[in-house]
Amino acid sequence: MALVEGIPAPLTPAAATKVLVLRNYVVYKDAWKLFITGFLEPVFYLFSIGIGVGQLIDTFEFHGEAIPYAEFVAPAMLATSAFNGALLDSTYNVFFKMKYEKLYDQMLATPLSTGDIARGEITWGLMRGSVYSAAFLVVMALMGLTHSWWAVLALPAAILIAFAFSAVCMAVTTWMTSWQDFDKITLAQMPLFLFSATFFPVEAFGDGVLRWVVEATPLYRGVVLCRELTTGVITWESAISVVYLVVMGILGLLVVRRRLDKLLLT
Amino acid sequence: MISARGLRKAFGDFEAVKGIDVEVRRGEAFGFLGPNGAGKSSTMRMIASVSPVSSGELRILGMDPATDGPAIRGRLGVCPQEDTLDNELNVFDNLYIYGRYFGIDRATCRERAQELLEFAQITDKAKAKVEDLSGGMKRRLTIARSLINNPDLLLLDEPTTGLDPQARHVLWDQLFRLKQAGVTLVITTHYMDEAEQLCDRLVVMDKGLIAAEGSPRQLIDAHSTREVAELRFGVGEHEALAEKIEDLGERIEVLPDRLLVYSDHGEDVVTAVLDRGLHPIATLVRRSTLEDVFLRLTGRSLAD
Repeated sequence: MALVEGIPAPLTPAAATKVLVLRNYVVYKDAWKLFITGFLEPVFYLFSIGIGVGQLIDTFEFHGEAIPYAEFVAPAMLATSAFNGALLDSTYNVFFKMKYEKLYDQMLATPLSTGDIARGEITWGLMRGSVYSAAFLVVMALMGLTHSWWAVLALPAAILIAFAFSAVCMAVTTWMTSWQDFDKITLAQMPLFLFSATFFPVEAFGDGVLRWVVEATPLYRGVVLCRELTTGVITWESAISVVYLVVMGILGLLVVRRRLDKLLLT
Repeated sequence: MISARGLRKAFGDFEAVKGIDVEVRRGEAFGFLGPNGAGKSSTMRMIASVSPVSSGELRILGMDPATDGPAIRGRLGVCPQEDTLDNELNVFDNLYIYGRYFGIDRATCRERAQELLEFAQITDKAKAKVEDLSGGMKRRLTIARSLINNPDLLLLDEPTTGLDPQARHVLWDQLFRLKQAGVTLVITTHYMDEAEQLCDRLVVMDKGLIAAEGSPRQLIDAHSTREVAELRFGVGEHEALAEKIEDLGERIEVLPDRLLVYSDHGEDVVTAVLDRGLHPIATLVRRSTLEDVFLRLTGRSLAD
């Protein structure tokens, strides 16, 4: 057997992330059909509720502008598709890899670090969410549901949402001990999906504490960000949302890394 | 290659490794023997630079795992106790992707993966799913994978556990070839024949400490006699008969089904026993093995 000369230089963080994404890509390249369901889900919501239910609703006001109901729901579905895509990979799949496949233990026997694993997996979750969002954005544009060139920025916005949720969901997953614990994820996922001003405006919560709470939840920030961009009605809220999601993602990333250190490097 | 001084590993109140000194030299095959729970795997994980040292000093390839973990791991091959293969990838990709984790470029990775498939004798399984491989094939793939970076130091945690005799001999042969190629091997095992076959030097660990150290031959010389006479009498007679022939060997051990008389001249023991008018049902004179040493040092009772 030939001996390779010298030792390869340790990977840079960027190269390590790339290799981890490559691993996931190789796994999924023959399973691309799995991506179709993730893409179709928000499309179905858009058709059934945005357009179906939308027929019962007269024009709608968003930040003082009159818009059709479908244009109100569509950006929320865009944000949700990023949210769902990211959540899927960074919860179930991460848990499976960590607990059953012992995949991260394998990786840690190589020069890869827990930081590399955290970055790599979050990047993959982010990419999966982004693919769904990009496809959905195309559907929106084709259906004439985008109203401004600002809509182009809805894609990076969706990527940001995917990043923030990917990181936080992976962090939460490190505390999971059995599949039963995933009920709690579903328990959080459903209300976030239904009440983040996705199907009705946040004003419906009145002016009390409840509205304040909803406005402080992450998916609401994502929904409002996407909505302002696709309708072209940009306010200072967009800036708040961006900062919120960036901070959320970075915190998640740091927690994931610490948790992996604690769980795997014993 | 490896140097440990007063190495300890504690998990909360439990101390798995209680201060060991180990020195492994380039090119040798070094063994950690011990019953379950002796601290072998904890020691291996520390050497593999994935488990922080609780106290003491550890240097791998001259580097400190606390600060140079990735650099050390880049030059190690690790074959864990259980086959932790990537079940979502096919056989070839298990080697290829694993190589990429080391930062090895695509072309070299592909070439190495192909060579290692041949080495592991699973070339025809390149596109197969991991779960379709037999136990022996999985083991060979795991070992092949640990060689993807041409390691200077190969860590094998119970490499042949669960394999059939044919597969074990194939593996031993492959490990021997690696040693010939200059790879330093560190092996944990509780198979004594494996240790005798493969290890130049070994330590016997028990309860987190090193109970003995040396080459298989040295250990046998130091902790056992040259030969062992095994005498089988009727059930229940062994205890009483042991007293009558106690003086014939250096040491005598009473087992439920036989007596073991440790002596440098086993045949003489058997003759003397017969001279005393005792008639064992069966006798066997054999050379002392590492197993005798092991059982002497770590006891016959179950560890866990």
